[in-house]
Amino acid sequence: MNYLLRRLFATLPVMAVVAVVVFLLIHLSPGDPAALIAGDLATTEDIEKLRAALGLDQPLWRQFALWLGRVLSGDLGMSIFTQVPVTKLLAQRLEPTLSIAVLTMALTVCVAVPLGTLAAHRAGSWTDRLVMLFAVLAFSVPVFLIGYLLIYTFAIRIPLFPVQGYVHLSEGVGAWLNSLALPCINLALVYIALITRMTRATVMEVLQEDYIRTARAKGLGVLAVLGHALRNAAIPIATTVGVGIALLIGGVVVTETVFAIPGIGRLVIDSVQHHDYPVIQSVLLLSAGVYVLINLLIDLSYRLFDPRIQY
Amino acid sequence: MNLFTAFQLPIRFALALGLTLAATAPALAQTKTLRFVAHADVKILDPSFTTAYITRNFGYMVYDTLFAQDAKGQPKPQMVEKYTTSKDGRQWTFTLRPGLKFSDGSVVSAADAVASIQRWSTRDSFGPPLRAAGAEWQVLDAQTFKLQLKEPFGMVLEALAKPSGFPVLVMPERLARLPTSSPISEVIGSGPFLFKRDEWVPGNKVVFVRNPGYVPRSEPASGLAGSKKPAFDRVEWLYLPDANSSVAALQKGEVDFVEMVPPDYITPLRSDANVKLLPSSAQQGQLIMNHLYPPFNNPKVRQAVLKAVSQERFNAAMGYPLDMRMTYCATYFICGSANDTPAGSEPYRTTDLAKAKQMLSESGYKGEKVVLLVASDVPYLNALSLMALQTLRSIGMNVDGISMDWASIGARRAKREAPEAGGWNAYTTVANEFSINSPIVSTYLGAACGNSLPGWPCDKALDELRAAWISETAPAKRRLALDAFQRRAFETVPYINLGQYFPASGARKELKGVDRLWGGIPNLWVLDK
Repeated sequence: MNYLLRRLFATLPVMAVVAVVVFLLIHLSPGDPAALIAGDLATTEDIEKLRAALGLDQPLWRQFALWLGRVLSGDLGMSIFTQVPVTKLLAQRLEPTLSIAVLTMALTVCVAVPLGTLAAHRAGSWTDRLVMLFAVLAFSVPVFLIGYLLIYTFAIRIPLFPVQGYVHLSEGVGAWLNSLALPCINLALVYIALITRMTRATVMEVLQEDYIRTARAKGLGVLAVLGHALRNAAIPIATTVGVGIALLIGGVVVTETVFAIPGIGRLVIDSVQHHDYPVIQSVLLLSAGVYVLINLLIDLSYRLFDPRIQY
Repeated sequence: MNLFTAFQLPIRFALALGLTLAATAPALAQTKTLRFVAHADVKILDPSFTTAYITRNFGYMVYDTLFAQDAKGQPKPQMVEKYTTSKDGRQWTFTLRPGLKFSDGSVVSAADAVASIQRWSTRDSFGPPLRAAGAEWQVLDAQTFKLQLKEPFGMVLEALAKPSGFPVLVMPERLARLPTSSPISEVIGSGPFLFKRDEWVPGNKVVFVRNPGYVPRSEPASGLAGSKKPAFDRVEWLYLPDANSSVAALQKGEVDFVEMVPPDYITPLRSDANVKLLPSSAQQGQLIMNHLYPPFNNPKVRQAVLKAVSQERFNAAMGYPLDMRMTYCATYFICGSANDTPAGSEPYRTTDLAKAKQMLSESGYKGEKVVLLVASDVPYLNALSLMALQTLRSIGMNVDGISMDWASIGARRAKREAPEAGGWNAYTTVANEFSINSPIVSTYLGAACGNSLPGWPCDKALDELRAAWISETAPAKRRLALDAFQRRAFETVPYINLGQYFPASGARKELKGVDRLWGGIPNLWVLDK
C-alpha cells in the first residue's frame, strides 16, 4: 500500500510538468483559433473582438492560471469552436477508444502469444521463418495501407464488414463487433508482429534454462513445458501489452481516420489543427495520466507472474 | 499433443466469429435516413457569425429565410407571404406567412424577422450600402414589418434572398439581439429540419430530423425557394476525413451522397454504375496580395504577376479533369453568371512570361523578398500555392515560400505588420461563386481605403465605381457600371483570379431528385430514395 501511495504521489509532479509544457507548446505555436472561427472573410477587427470574447487577449500566465484553476475544480472547460464541454467530448470518444484498445489487445494476445511460442518451439524451422516473415511484413507495411487493403478486400470485394463508422455497444454486440472488426484487425497486425517477436525471443531464452531441461527430463509434455516457459517469459510481454494499451487509449489517429472511428486520436488531431486549446490541453493531460496509471498497473502486475518481486 | 492440433480450437473459433459477424448486419433503421458526407466538419452552429460554407449549409437545414433564390437565381418570397413597394422604391412592407413556428414552439413574428435582418446587416456586405441608403427596419404588427429608405436601393430583394456569405436566416429576437462578437450556440429555427444536439458528435456526425412544425410553401421546391418539405425523416451528416474511405463508402452504398469528391477519384467513379457524379457550383482560385507593403503595394507589379498567371495550369495543378475546369475565365464575377463580362481583361487574356518579366522590370521592382504563405494541409490550396510560387519565380521575383497549415495562415494573414516582422505578402485561397459573382458580394474587390480585409486593397476610384453599380437601378446602365468597375479592377488588380473550376459531388444512383440540387448548397429537402 505504501508503494502504491508513493507511486500515486509521484504522478503529481509529472502531471504538473505535462500541464505546463502542453500549455506553453500549444500557445506558443503559430495559429489563432479566433481567426479560424471568424472565417475567411473576417476583418482584423472581427478577429480582435473574438479574441477578446474568448479571453485569448489575456496575458499567457493569466490564461494558464484560469485554466489550471478550472481543471483543479474538475471543470475542463468548453471547446472554443463547438461550445461543447470538453468532458462531453471526451465521454463521446471514450467508448470507441476503449473498445478498440481492448479488442485489439485481446486479439493481439490471443494470436501473438501462441504464434511466438510456436516459433520459439520450432526455432529455425520453416514454421519459425514463416512466422518471422509475417511479423516483419506486418510491422513494416504502413498501417494506412493495410487499412485500405482490408477495406478493399473485406468491405468492397467481399462485403463482410462496413467501410467506416462505429456502432455503439448499446446498439447490439454483433453490430458493435462488426463495426470494429476491420479497425481492430488493422491495428492488431502491428501489435501481433511486435509481441510475436518478443514472445519468441523471451520464450527461446527461457527454453534454454536448466529447469526447462529438468522438466523435459521428467517427461513433461510439450504444452506443459511451454506453459512453464511462458510464465517465466511473461514480464516483458506484459510490459509491451500494457504500453500498447496506453498507446491505443492515447489515440490511433491513422486507423481512426481511415475507418472514421470517432476516437480520442481524431479528437486530438482535430483540436490541434484548429488550435482548440481547452480540448488539446485536457486530452493531453488525461493521456499523460493514463500512461502513468497503466505503468503503475504494469509494475503491480509483475507480482502475478513472479511472486518473488517485492515492493 | 501436436501444437497444430492445439491451435485448431482458436482458429475454428475465429472463423465462427467471423461468419457470425458477417451475418450480423446492422439492423435496418425504420426511419428513412439520408447519409450525407459533408465537405467539412460542423464546428460553429451560428450561420450569422461565420461565412464558413459548412455553417451556412447547417443554417439552411434548420433555419428558414425571408426570401430565397429559385433555380433561375430569381429572388422569391419564402417566409414572406406578400410584399409591397412604393413607386419610388423607398418604402417596402413585408407580411410573414401565417403559422410559422420556431423549433421551441414560439410563433415567428415580424420582430424576430427585423432583429434577424439587423443582426445580418452588421455582418454582411449588403449592410453598409443599405445603411448608406438610410435603411430603417420597423415592426408594424405581429406579422408585418417595413423597410424605409432615404435613397432608392435597387437590390432589396437580392439582399434578402442572398444565398451565401451571410444569408438572412431568421432566428428568435432574443437570440438575434445577442452581441455579434462571438457565435451563438443555441439553435432555434423554423426550417425543414431540427438539429439533434444529443446525437451531435463533433468531428464525426451531425444529425437532423424532420421538423414536424415546419410550414412549407405551396410552390414546388426550386433552388432554395419553394417547399422545403423533406422526404427523409432523418439526415445524418458524416464527416469522413479520409477521402479513400468516403469514396469507398459511397461505392458500397453505406452513404448516399458525398458532397465533394476529391479530384483523384473523379475518373474512377465515372466508371461506377452505382454512382452518379454531379457538377457542383463554380469555384475560383485566388491569389491574395498584401497592398500595404512592397512589392505588391505597386499596381504595376500586380499587373506583371497577372500577366504571368496561366489559369489553365493553376486549374490543372489541382487535378480536376479537363471537362471540370476552364482554360480561361476573363471575368472576376464567374464565367456563366449574370455578371459575366470580359471588360478590361484584354491585356491579360494570354499568358506571356517574357512580357510579364518586362512589365516587372518596368514596374521598379527591386528584388524585394515576397513572403508567400503556402498551405500545406489542404491539397487544392497546396497545389495553388506551389503554382503561385513557381509563377512568381518564373518572372524573376524573389519568393520565400513558407509552408504552414491553413489555421496558421488564417492567423498570419490578419497581421498588418511588415512581412519581415511576421506579416506576409501573398497567399492563395478559393471562393464559391456566390461569394464573388457581383461587385457587392465579392469582398476582395471591396477596395474602400481603410477596410479591414486581409490584403487591405485601397483604391478610391474602384470603391466609387462599386458604389455607382450598387446605386444604379436601370439594367442597361447597371451593365455599363459593371464593365467600368471591372475595367478599373483589371487596372488596380485587387487580387488575381487563378481560374474557374467545378468540383463534383457523388450520389448513389438510387437517390432521386439530384437534378434539383442547386448551386453547391445542399438543399437536401429535394432528395428522396
